[in-house]
Amino acid sequence: MSNVADVTDASFESEVLKSDLPVMVDFWADWCSPCKQLSPIIDELAGQYDGRVKVVKMDTNANITTPAQFGIRNLPTVLVFQGGEIVKQLNGSVTKMSLRKALDEVA
Amino acid sequence: MTDTVRDVIIVGSGPAGYTAAIYAARAELKPLVFEGSLTAGGALMNTTEVENYPGFRDGIMGPALMDEMRAQAERFGAELIADDVIEMRLDGDVKVVIDSDGTEHRARTVILATGSAYKRLGLADEDRLSGRGVSWCATCDGFFFRNKPLVVVGGGDSAVEEATFLTRFASEVTLVVRRDELRASKIMQARAFADPKLTIAWNSQVTAIHGTDTVTGVTLTDSQTGATRDLAVDGVFVAIGHDPRSELIRDQVHVDAEGYVLVEGRSTRTNLAGVFACGDLVDHTYRQAITAAGTGCAAALDAERHLAHLADAAEAADAAAGAEPVRV
Repeated sequence: MSNVADVTDASFESEVLKSDLPVMVDFWADWCSPCKQLSPIIDELAGQYDGRVKVVKMDTNANITTPAQFGIRNLPTVLVFQGGEIVKQLNGSVTKMSLRKALDEVA
Repeated sequence: MTDTVRDVIIVGSGPAGYTAAIYAARAELKPLVFEGSLTAGGALMNTTEVENYPGFRDGIMGPALMDEMRAQAERFGAELIADDVIEMRLDGDVKVVIDSDGTEHRARTVILATGSAYKRLGLADEDRLSGRGVSWCATCDGFFFRNKPLVVVGGGDSAVEEATFLTRFASEVTLVVRRDELRASKIMQARAFADPKLTIAWNSQVTAIHGTDTVTGVTLTDSQTGATRDLAVDGVFVAIGHDPRSELIRDQVHVDAEGYVLVEGRSTRTNLAGVFACGDLVDHTYRQAITAAGTGCAAALDAERHLAHLADAAEAADAAAGAEPVRV
């Protein structure tokens, strides 16, 4: 359904922290209904920013280490990484507009 | 800009927006519904079991109920868009609704069903620690507080539901209640009193949230004695009610002092012709899924009637224009 790749605790370093492109990570879980609503928007934006920003998602139910490492206590949370550092954190009312603005800052 | 002028645009989802969509779609008005990019489905999306919606004797999960309503609207031809509206121009015969891409959509009637947003405590550190222990969604965030102490603020049904839900994860939950009684329904109260991991701090308010990177505690103030005490907690769940989401339209339609849209009598008509409002956006009092659905239905019927009047007026004008040459 989704064209956005999953990252895991094991692949996080290589896929996100060491990525040449900026990376947007959508932290989600299947019990979180706002996450489900965000998912098609993340998919759409992944297509629009293809080649400029890498967009991935992480299931926080299956992966516990990475969310804990970044102190995530809120779903959905979207983090934008550039050069291995967090440059933008969005949580709570994540809208398409706020995501686009975050992407434009790094794209 | 899209060229077509639609019959009806519905802004907002939830029980009010989706019910309006079902009725408008069945009346062949081909409604366009802006569901909101994150708030699609409305407040019920963040609840668990809904036990008081008629027709479901065993209860139904809030998100499942909204999925059903959404699918029902879609089945009859409602066009649903998971996007936000950023601007509306509601005066004039043709209303303009602008989405987050800047695209203008036009319609003869607009139904406002934007619902309400969580009320904030209004404390200095609340925004800073939002997502770092301060939360408005127990079902989303409870998981991160496994074996941690929490407070839930509020005394209504939502607060009690969140508190009893959170005891599944938390080591203990303190429900902070401003008065010496709960506003919650009797059945919810009984659940709260029976929950061994739940304690209630009566006559209390959270007056400060502590923590540098994440929440480490709160200050509770006794509203009768003024005495304060600190409580070490990892999370603060806020459930003190809602404010109507009328900020986009406040300068166009009449609202009351608290921002609720004013409607005429028992109708859903606002002060602007062709603009109707329903659901929690207009409702101080009841704020239930079933009452929101009821006014959503009324809004669609009011819009349908308004469109019929417009069509009659246009027909009369055409007939008058058509009669003209005969007389000449």
